[in-house]
Amino acid sequence: MKKFLAAAAVSALCATGALAEVKVGMITTLSGGGAGLGIDVRDGFMLAIAQSGRDDIEVVIEDDQRKPDIAVQLSDKMIQSERVDVMTGIIWSNLAMAVVPAAVNQNVFYLSPNAGPSPLAGQGCHQNYFNVAWQNDNLHEAAGAYANGAGYSNSFILAPNYPAGVDALTGYKRFFEGNLAGEVYTELGQTDYAAEIAQIRASDADSVFFFLPGGMGISFLKQYADSGIELPVVGPAFSFDQGILQAVGDAALGVVNTSQWNKDIDNPTNAAFVESFQAEYGRLPSLYASQGFDTANLLLSALEKADPSDADAFREALRAAEFDSTRGDFSFGPNHHPIQTIYAREVIKEGDVFTNKIIGVALENHSDAYAAECKM
Amino acid sequence: MSSILIIEQILNGLQFGVMLFLMAAGLTLIFGVMGLINLAHGSLYMVGAFAAAAVAGATGSFLLALVAALAAAALAGAIVEMAVIRRLYNAPHLDQVLATFALILIFSEGTRWVFGSFPLFLDIPDALSGPVTLPGGIEYPLYRLTLIGIGLAVAVGLWALIERTRLGIQIRAGENDREMIAALGVDISKLYTLVFALGAALAGLAGALVGAIQSVQVGMGEPVLILAFVVIVIGGIGSVRGAFVGALLVGLTDTLGGVFLPELFKLFMETGAAQKSGSALASMGIYVLMGLVLIWRPTGLFGARA
Repeated sequence: MKKFLAAAAVSALCATGALAEVKVGMITTLSGGGAGLGIDVRDGFMLAIAQSGRDDIEVVIEDDQRKPDIAVQLSDKMIQSERVDVMTGIIWSNLAMAVVPAAVNQNVFYLSPNAGPSPLAGQGCHQNYFNVAWQNDNLHEAAGAYANGAGYSNSFILAPNYPAGVDALTGYKRFFEGNLAGEVYTELGQTDYAAEIAQIRASDADSVFFFLPGGMGISFLKQYADSGIELPVVGPAFSFDQGILQAVGDAALGVVNTSQWNKDIDNPTNAAFVESFQAEYGRLPSLYASQGFDTANLLLSALEKADPSDADAFREALRAAEFDSTRGDFSFGPNHHPIQTIYAREVIKEGDVFTNKIIGVALENHSDAYAAECKM
Repeated sequence: MSSILIIEQILNGLQFGVMLFLMAAGLTLIFGVMGLINLAHGSLYMVGAFAAAAVAGATGSFLLALVAALAAAALAGAIVEMAVIRRLYNAPHLDQVLATFALILIFSEGTRWVFGSFPLFLDIPDALSGPVTLPGGIEYPLYRLTLIGIGLAVAVGLWALIERTRLGIQIRAGENDREMIAALGVDISKLYTLVFALGAALAGLAGALVGAIQSVQVGMGEPVLILAFVVIVIGGIGSVRGAFVGALLVGLTDTLGGVFLPELFKLFMETGAAQKSGSALASMGIYVLMGLVLIWRPTGLFGARA
């Protein structure tokens, strides 16, 4: 397959030929099945850069096609020939594991707008690695905590059989205090859940927890709604983001999901973000877009204080995280992962558009289970 | 484990199998008649699903959506056959694989260009939504029962077409000896376009029917394509009857294996570990089945020539 070279996008003013002083490399997924996530992260990120009005930041954007080998090639190119100062953009944990450790060891800063695999939060943490989204387990832990509060005592839980799926069920079980009516690992990329739904029907569960990101979640929810089973469902926001809710339709209405962000979080930054994102791109932002936006604003806040060439000062500026987040309060824990509040949201319909509404807090000022293992 | 659950799982396996048959039938016809390996068959499945979602969104009618899916996939198939595939009949298989792989990329990016990167919405028609109660107290979704019915009807129709019509005679003759039927005055290039469009229409129908209970998104055809290849290898390449039997075998093996292997492992393992290893082994089930069939019959169950 030919190398994908055409996607180099440059912030508006750079195109006039001004010499860029800071170079940012963004590797994200812009084609194939998971493209919606990468596009949202990119659009959120570029929106913040454009709003900053700075003309000395050049962003090089490349498509990893959701393939680890391509991500590694792009990363080598960005570090060695493009000589970027900061990297960002990766959506998937397996790609992050392939790219991030090598990049940060070559003195590049990496700001993760999405993937938060547990090794990078624990023993594999690094002073140049910052995660602006969440540690992978966080939203699942919040779902477990929510389930306790909702009075569920017997959950049927399912996730795909791959590392993030195992992390998801581990995260849920870490906080859920009830029993498990069933624990099922599905195939990654599975599209038909008739067999699992029959097992749910035959079990004596009082609730269902699932982690099936992207298209897998769409399939599951539609089939679940059609099965006539009426048990309540909880899950992380990944199956209920703005990009896929319209494809699920009525089947998602009323489902409770956990997220660190929603468009109705009440602060001026968030209100301005939602409005300007809609004005710029003609669609509602998803949590991925908010993460891209926050990542860029974190970067901008650090650039105000220090230049990436002064690595120690720049790192301190990042660690301080003095920017207005769409999530309200934002700070980093000792392992450079967010300490943040995670909310329970419910899927509602606003006019013709399916979206989420916050109904409560699932976990307040939550860190992650791996911070103690991080020796930086 | 109750008998109700077992019967429900068998129905699930049947439903999965007949949908696989719609994909595999086209693939095996195209291979049997033209000797062509068409990797882009999954793209035609996607075309069907997108056409259905677009028309259902615009008109609200599921029936019109199905018609649109059939038409769009058949048209896409015919165009592709005339523009690209026709040049590949005498080329080695590797060239065919390369060219049809390129078609996958073109179809995927083209679809993204037209419909965007986010999944589309296609829902079950109201008349078919919800579960029905079968004799014995089994609750089963009506739509899935309908899928089984449609799949079986298509299988019968295809059998009648191939065994009972003039076109069928030409297709069977084409499988046996391409040069000879051309020499006998059959317009071979028209026949090829027709067969290709027929196979494409079946794939498009499967895409639209399955799209209503799954997600309609770019790249949705490729996982199904791999299974369809397994089906035609098991059934015997070129045999529609083989594709039918193979599809049901694969559907039942995959569904029942995924449910019962973890249960079996739980007899001597801790639950979490049994789930993980059982489902890992179950996902290999159909390939193990394929291996066993090939050891027993190297040309597949209904493969004609050795």
